[in-house]
Amino acid sequence: MVTRTADPKLLWELAATVPDPELPFLTIADLGILRDVACEDGRIVVTVTPTYSGCPATEAIAADISATLARAGFGDVSVRTELAPAWTTDWITEHGRRKLAEAGIAPPSAVTAASNVVELIRCPRCGSGETRLVSRFGSTACKSLRACKRCLEPFDHFRPL
Amino acid sequence: MSVLSTDVAAVALRLGDDALICSHRLCEWSAKAPAIEEDIALANIALDLLGQARSLLTYAGAIDGTGRSEDDLAYLRDERDWVNCLLVEQPNGDFAATMARQLCFSAYQLVVYRRLLDSTDPTLAAVAGKAVKEVAYHLDHTAGWVVRLGDGTGESHGRMQAGLDAMWPYTSELFEDDPGLQPDWEALVLPVIAEATLSVPSTTWQPGGGRSGQHSEHFGFLLAEMQHLHRSHPGATW
Repeated sequence: MVTRTADPKLLWELAATVPDPELPFLTIADLGILRDVACEDGRIVVTVTPTYSGCPATEAIAADISATLARAGFGDVSVRTELAPAWTTDWITEHGRRKLAEAGIAPPSAVTAASNVVELIRCPRCGSGETRLVSRFGSTACKSLRACKRCLEPFDHFRPL
Repeated sequence: MSVLSTDVAAVALRLGDDALICSHRLCEWSAKAPAIEEDIALANIALDLLGQARSLLTYAGAIDGTGRSEDDLAYLRDERDWVNCLLVEQPNGDFAATMARQLCFSAYQLVVYRRLLDSTDPTLAAVAGKAVKEVAYHLDHTAGWVVRLGDGTGESHGRMQAGLDAMWPYTSELFEDDPGLQPDWEALVLPVIAEATLSVPSTTWQPGGGRSGQHSEHFGFLLAEMQHLHRSHPGATW
């Protein structure tokens, strides 16, 4: 395979198509996981950041990035994981938040000092603000389990971090 | 050695060992927790801690001159080479005892990670930057249980007090080299105990030694379970 030279913008757009393995309707760009794509000495370096310290998808995402770029003809790719600045749910795009809600997951509100205490979390199914916390940790480490008091359905809430 | 020491490799090893052993103990609740939501919650907390441990142990092995990987450190060290605190290796006991242990430990991690945000070592600061947010949620979850159990029925109150009494002596080790961290820790823990209508245990027994590899009688059994598979198949990969 011959490594093509390429425009970093094109490389970014390619890497940005990689879906999150757990929430495949979201891309790593939607989640703010993709931080940078650069060419260093002819080598492509993609920088990503993990959401949570123990996120089990990090290695899968790195492999998917390499595979996606390889399919487009870019063989010399390394994926670097950067811990700082720490990922925050504030980096999830508006587009990403809409897709979460459409998938039945309450998106995170903006991270503020009081957001853990007073945020109003709406039911993604019926829109009611009368929801209760069932468990701080839900189907994955990044989500809480809540239930709607009006329509009674349980739903995941992407915790602000 | 203070956890704020400039011996970064030693600090990373200690914090990594704390996180890994606590993670292992929490995993023992898998498929046995009181409710399925709690089974998942404990597993998720354990996963966060495992992630912190991986970052810290990988770093410690890389900079301490031994070239050991995270797996080498997790699976091939014997008891005397581990520097985790005694608190995290204590058996789970009942759910209340586990919550008592987690309350004390998550509060300790939060205090330490907050200090390490200002570390001159970029990797420690980066790990702390992520961990401090995750541990705040661990503490929130755990404190909620301590309050519900303490300010609950006669049975739950009794068990929560017993759990606290069992774990409390192991908290003094956390501050033997870092007395300056204790007030911040007490500011997190004591209000929870009060709100839970529990009593702060009064004990003069202050066991230590974990930081120098002298562990409690439980630790050998823990390592045997944790390391057995890896040691049984040297060099194996997935």
